[in-house]
Amino acid sequence: MRRPRLKGRICYLRRPMADAKITLEQVLHVAKLARLTLSDDEARQMQQQLDAILEYMAGLDELDVSGVPPTFHSIPMNAPLRPDVPTRCSDRAETLAQAPESEAGGFAVPLVLEVDS
Amino acid sequence: MSFPWQSAFEIRDQVKSGAVSAVDVARAYLDRAETLNPKLACFLTIDHEGALAAAAQVDRAREAGETLGPLAGVPVAVKDNLCTRGVRTTCASKILGDYIPPYDAHVIEALRASGAVIVGKTNLDEFAMGSSNENSAFGNVANPWALDRAPGGSSGGSACATAAGLVPIALGSDTGGSVRQPAAFCGITAIKPTYGRVSRYGLVAFASSLDQVGPMARSVREAAALLEVVAGHDRRDATSADREIESYLAACDQGVKGLRVGVVRDLLEGLQDDDVRKAVEAGLAALEENGATLVDVSLPHAKHAVSVYYLIATAEASSNLARFDGIRYGLRVPGEDLAETYTNTRAQGFGPEVRRRIMLGTYALSAGYYDAFYLKAQRVRTLIRRDYDTAFEQCDVVCTPTTPTPAFALGEKTSDPLEMYLADIFTLPPSLAGLAAISTPCGKSSDGLPIGLQLVAAPFEEGRLCSVAQAVEDACGLALEHPGALD
Repeated sequence: MRRPRLKGRICYLRRPMADAKITLEQVLHVAKLARLTLSDDEARQMQQQLDAILEYMAGLDELDVSGVPPTFHSIPMNAPLRPDVPTRCSDRAETLAQAPESEAGGFAVPLVLEVDS
Repeated sequence: MSFPWQSAFEIRDQVKSGAVSAVDVARAYLDRAETLNPKLACFLTIDHEGALAAAAQVDRAREAGETLGPLAGVPVAVKDNLCTRGVRTTCASKILGDYIPPYDAHVIEALRASGAVIVGKTNLDEFAMGSSNENSAFGNVANPWALDRAPGGSSGGSACATAAGLVPIALGSDTGGSVRQPAAFCGITAIKPTYGRVSRYGLVAFASSLDQVGPMARSVREAAALLEVVAGHDRRDATSADREIESYLAACDQGVKGLRVGVVRDLLEGLQDDDVRKAVEAGLAALEENGATLVDVSLPHAKHAVSVYYLIATAEASSNLARFDGIRYGLRVPGEDLAETYTNTRAQGFGPEVRRRIMLGTYALSAGYYDAFYLKAQRVRTLIRRDYDTAFEQCDVVCTPTTPTPAFALGEKTSDPLEMYLADIFTLPPSLAGLAAISTPCGKSSDGLPIGLQLVAAPFEEGRLCSVAQAVEDACGLALEHPGALD
């Protein structure tokens, strides 16, 4: 795979290591976690692309962030509360009209458990 | 100036005075969209019926002597990740190909209340993930300045439609640059509001801690006016800010006298593209001539923004997109059992870039990697935010280019995702810090492609951005220049 072309001063100076950041086995495991399926070719390509991306991201290792708090929310705000009173929600028929399958006023899903009849 | 290059203000004033009917305006823009869309592919849906009905309502209101809204009769395009009741909203994804939302996004309600006429839904990178619009499941959008160039992304359709005179103004969404970068590529202005300034209710979520809806227009004033319409508190979005909306339009006339403009000198000098550097320097010189002071500032951690963003945004995306499972809406590809129904649906419904980002995000959040990737990225995000805190002690706005190069060619970066990500280097840092940002044209390259200048301000300082961007537009903007090769 072609190495990414890094431009000017906006690149990392250090490009460490040669071994893979993510293996094919890990790719298949992550795909399973994410409920995705990949063909053999797709998995190989995914491994190469993620590996290049993660190798680039290893540039973060040059920073010492001990004692630096994480920023999960960029703008500080308090979780607002609303009065606990009933309001109109969306129309059931209109909502169910978008379901791939619906039945008796609910979403119809494939069987999860075998049922003895 | 006449059709199709009239401003939103000119259209509104003519509709208000009765010089033209809103229905006639809508028909003219719908016709133009139908004619040019086969070439540009900027619309995924053109809503004749809805547009004509909205226009007719404006005309009726005028005849009845009612007060008309600030965008009465103005044709608007909206990105197809904003929910529109009764009108297909696809996110340019096969998984939502036939989805018809049962509700309007907050910004859509605001547009309707302002009298705007929504002419259609614009193309985008699937789920707003991309920088070239090449990740759409429904075809590539062209750049109206050069049809073989990318319009930018992910709001490429909205940028293209605006630049090509299919509408005067449009809405996009911006997670890491998705209104600013296409605006730069297509020679228009776009504002990425402060996180929380505009409600995200009804915006299909990509990365919830970064997503904002943003206005796009051919002039700073029109972008400012559109922001005034869509900004504001909405309790259906828990992160929506309950703060007054200033008049961004009035801010456009305030000038830059005495303002301090921060120049990130090392970023500017590190640019490989001479045209971009010269255009941005011309913009800076114009600001100085108009009474602003230039001060050097530095953003030492900005170079890490690509890593930080593509860890955080993909982690959030992997979680947000878990809802697409073929059960409640959208595509379902049945399998032997429930688990196989999930995987079949997602494997066939999501395109390659979306799958790649879900994979990367899932990896970054997974056991054993969370601390090393996700949490580390959130800590470096703090360092990026602090860089801006320090910069804003010395200046009022920070100026950089919007993009390292003008519009690249379609197909140029599709084989290498990392190279595509690296082109986002200037738009990502303000997004990670939740700041207000604007991109406005500051010139053209030697081969005639627009170049964008980005200004960044402290939270809720959108007005100040409008003042400075207006000065750039007055000196070296493209507001009166239009792509020529269309008709």
